[in-house]
Amino acid sequence: MTIGIVVFPGSNCDRDLRWALEGCLDLSTRFLWHEDTDLTGLSAVVLPGGFSYGDYLRCGAIARFAPVLEQVRRFAEHGGKVLGICNGFQVLTEMGLLPGALTRNQHLHFICDTVELQVSPGTCSWLQGYSSGQRIALPIAHGEGRFHCDPATLAELEQHGQIVLRYGRNPNGSVGDIAGLCNRSGNVLGLMPHPERACDPATGGLDGRALLASLRASVPA
Amino acid sequence: MPIFRARVQVSLRPSVLDPAGEATRAAAGRLGVTGISTLRIGRLVEVELEAPDRQTAQNQLELLSDRLLANPVIEDWQLTLREGEQP
Repeated sequence: MTIGIVVFPGSNCDRDLRWALEGCLDLSTRFLWHEDTDLTGLSAVVLPGGFSYGDYLRCGAIARFAPVLEQVRRFAEHGGKVLGICNGFQVLTEMGLLPGALTRNQHLHFICDTVELQVSPGTCSWLQGYSSGQRIALPIAHGEGRFHCDPATLAELEQHGQIVLRYGRNPNGSVGDIAGLCNRSGNVLGLMPHPERACDPATGGLDGRALLASLRASVPA
Repeated sequence: MPIFRARVQVSLRPSVLDPAGEATRAAAGRLGVTGISTLRIGRLVEVELEAPDRQTAQNQLELLSDRLLANPVIEDWQLTLREGEQP
């Protein structure tokens, strides 16, 4: 099994992800250039953090039209596991694979910190390595991570248990303290925190391991 | 083919917080400009395109505005179209 890591012009966490998956978790990976269209043999696809296409227009707005993402959309619609981290989460909302949008942090600061999160795994296949209500610590590093959606969408997300990660102390003004969202089918997860930066004992916490280790159980879509 | 010129004004929906606008409003006070109750920052996009007729241009620009220039989850847009002017 191989995990696809999408590389956009401006991605900067693609190699961190490769290290976390290969170096820390002994999984194999393949980089997918933004113009690639062949996802054959992949058991999951991850959209990494960074500044895809310079974040021009809006974060994720240009990336959404990358050729590889049309295939990622199909992959997700057929039940394939898709993870968007930070900029990857922004791309997933721009694509409409997850609802809402990520906007400028409430106090305008770019926040680089480690935050406490509460996990509500529900049916999210990425989070089955955590218990319900478990508190974990993951790094965040973003200027535009304030999740926004209208009240009706928020109520729907609550009702379907899609708010799988919440901030303990909301750092950016996100609606509902939302740090991460899963789709209803449980195969697409987007989150602002960086699990790939919490997999190696050399760099601190290990709370991200269980998320990426969920890939060990997945089968090709 | 005629050239059409358009301006698309993209603004945050009223329900969406605009922290950059708020920061700018605060700076206006420090400049000595008082009495500003609202200051919200949007984006102006100028477009020139060739199209066989006005309706086609309008349709293309609406698609562009709704699907790319603005994110309808957080933004509204307004299109102004002028036709037949050479750049």
